[in-house]
Amino acid sequence: MAKAKHPILVLAGAEQGDLRALEDYRRAGGYASLEKARKLGPGATLEQIKQAAVRGRGGAGFQMGQKASFLPSPGQAKSPIYLVVNADESEPGAFKDREIINRVPHRLIEGIQIAALAIGAERCFVYIRGEYLSEYEVLSAALAEAEAAKLVSVPILVHRGAGAYICGEETALLESLEGKRGQPRSKPPFPALVGLYNSPTLINNVETIATVPKVIELGGEAYAKIGVKDSTGTRVFSLSGDVVRGGNYELPHGTSFRELIYDCGGGIAAGRKLKAIIPGGSSSPVLPADQVDLSMDFDSVQKAGSFLGSASVIVIDERACMVQLALRIGQFYMNESCGKCTPCREGTRWIEMILRKIEQGRASHAELDLLADVCDRVLGKCLCALGDSDAMAVASYVKHFRAEFEAHIEQGGCPYGDTSSLAGVRSPVDEIYRGRIGQEAAL
Amino acid sequence: MTGLFAEIQAVAGRYPEPKSAVLPALRLAQEHYGHLTPEALREVASALGTTPAYCRGIASFYDMFHLAPVGEHMIDVCTNASCALVGAAQVLEAFERELGIRAGETTPDGRITLRSAECLGGCGSGTVVSIDERYRQPVKPEDVPAIVEELRRG
Ligand SMILES: Cc1cc2nc3c(=O)[nH]c(=O)nc-3n(C[C@H](O)[C@H](O)[C@H](O)COP(=O)(O)O)c2cc1C
Ligand code: SF4
Repeated sequence: MAKAKHPILVLAGAEQGDLRALEDYRRAGGYASLEKARKLGPGATLEQIKQAAVRGRGGAGFQMGQKASFLPSPGQAKSPIYLVVNADESEPGAFKDREIINRVPHRLIEGIQIAALAIGAERCFVYIRGEYLSEYEVLSAALAEAEAAKLVSVPILVHRGAGAYICGEETALLESLEGKRGQPRSKPPFPALVGLYNSPTLINNVETIATVPKVIELGGEAYAKIGVKDSTGTRVFSLSGDVVRGGNYELPHGTSFRELIYDCGGGIAAGRKLKAIIPGGSSSPVLPADQVDLSMDFDSVQKAGSFLGSASVIVIDERACMVQLALRIGQFYMNESCGKCTPCREGTRWIEMILRKIEQGRASHAELDLLADVCDRVLGKCLCALGDSDAMAVASYVKHFRAEFEAHIEQGGCPYGDTSSLAGVRSPVDEIYRGRIGQEAAL
Repeated sequence: MTGLFAEIQAVAGRYPEPKSAVLPALRLAQEHYGHLTPEALREVASALGTTPAYCRGIASFYDMFHLAPVGEHMIDVCTNASCALVGAAQVLEAFERELGIRAGETTPDGRITLRSAECLGGCGSGTVVSIDERYRQPVKPEDVPAIVEELRRG
């Protein structure tokens, strides 16, 4: 079915090619929103952001304008206000921030400047994951160009991480940026009041901030009409897994998984059947194939028992052994648990260990029950959402695909044998167990 | 005072507090020494006004820092969910075969280290392989011999 053309906002102008050079970005109307915001002033700019009802694109989906309004006003703040952009993007399945930086780096810079103006920030930081070296270079080059053109009035420092998923969690990120191990802080106090160097800090995801220039250009009210109620605007959906054309697709909230997977992504190769969908990165509970017509907006996905999260959609076809997939995801969370709180540190290990036993056909039915019990004991008891993510994700595989777990137990091994698309799947955890990088692991 | 020391102090000057520069400082030291030797850690510590043990504690938290020797080239093969679904295991095995080592090891000549990695953020066209911090994607098992050949020559 032919559809009305989707509005492209975040990636606007980059349809034909990357919009990296300042000149090209300006030709596409770039930095006009910054000028407009300067005329509007901080209060009216923030008001537009609030009216747009932009929900955070990093995972939790909190409204940006609301979060910004928790900050003290610049006059009242006893210490400088900071703006921190979360470009740590390490959630399995997510690769949209990388695309935004590569294709429209100036839109991020413009968004940072507008947001900084709106909250009265004194300095801005972009925390970019260490592995994104090329993206760091692209962003740094764009920043240098913008600075030379005197477009940057609030200084921006681009800071590279060094390989730790947990540093995407906002308080771990702040710790890391302060030069500490990236371990989450207990909340409250929230960063809006006690953030970077104990100063009031607004933290937002790359895509959230890159949305701001279009909000100002269109006006908050007009922006809020795009998408659906309570999930306004467009989203850069990262599509991956068993799909013909994986990639990032900017679509309005409210588009269905089916449209994304089949119309944009070309469906599944060789006419294979859809088995399951991970809607929002590996931390979101898996959805069975019958949810394919679900609307991709925060509330609909939550009603279906999962989260839209970072809008990273992983397609799983009928060849996948769901026990292997759950195990790989469990290994990830165990590997990335920072170890600060007991339920997560112990729980992620137990979950991984039981999943491993089930996958290898060495587990009993009682251990499957134990797995559910451990997930239950982790859920809601951790300092940050990493432990919860593991527990919720793993529990969802057991819930929707219990028969596969039972088959492993009953048959003493994987019922798919070598035919599973995940046969032979590996993880960095295997290396640590084998002691091959023992030296490093022991340090 | 070495060039490294001065370089670290210059980076530290860009931050509101010098200790914030510990990651860039460790990165500079690692580039300089190959891995974070006790000497490297001492130098970072003194340039930032902290202790070697503190720096070691930081370095051990992050995957991109190496406290033990690693190869001149680093190959990270993503094996997380999206890449796993499209054959990351076979790509990793192809590297192991070509290099004659297992993931987590370095070739005996010290040239190449192979690791299986967590999600690298390129899931739309897997398998994603990062070689010396530059991404290649999608990598298929049949691409592996040429990549290894290129690294052995380079
Ligand atoms: C374990 C963990 C990892 C996270 N990783 C990221 C990340 O890589 N990028 C990101 O923007 N948010 C990440 N978040 C969410 C952040 O804590 C925070 O909610 C977000 O940066 C706020 O920005 P937003 O409101 O614009 O989404 C993570 C959260 C957790 C618990
Ligand atoms: S939940 Fe896990 S990652 Fe988060 S603070 Fe606790 S141990 Fe660290």
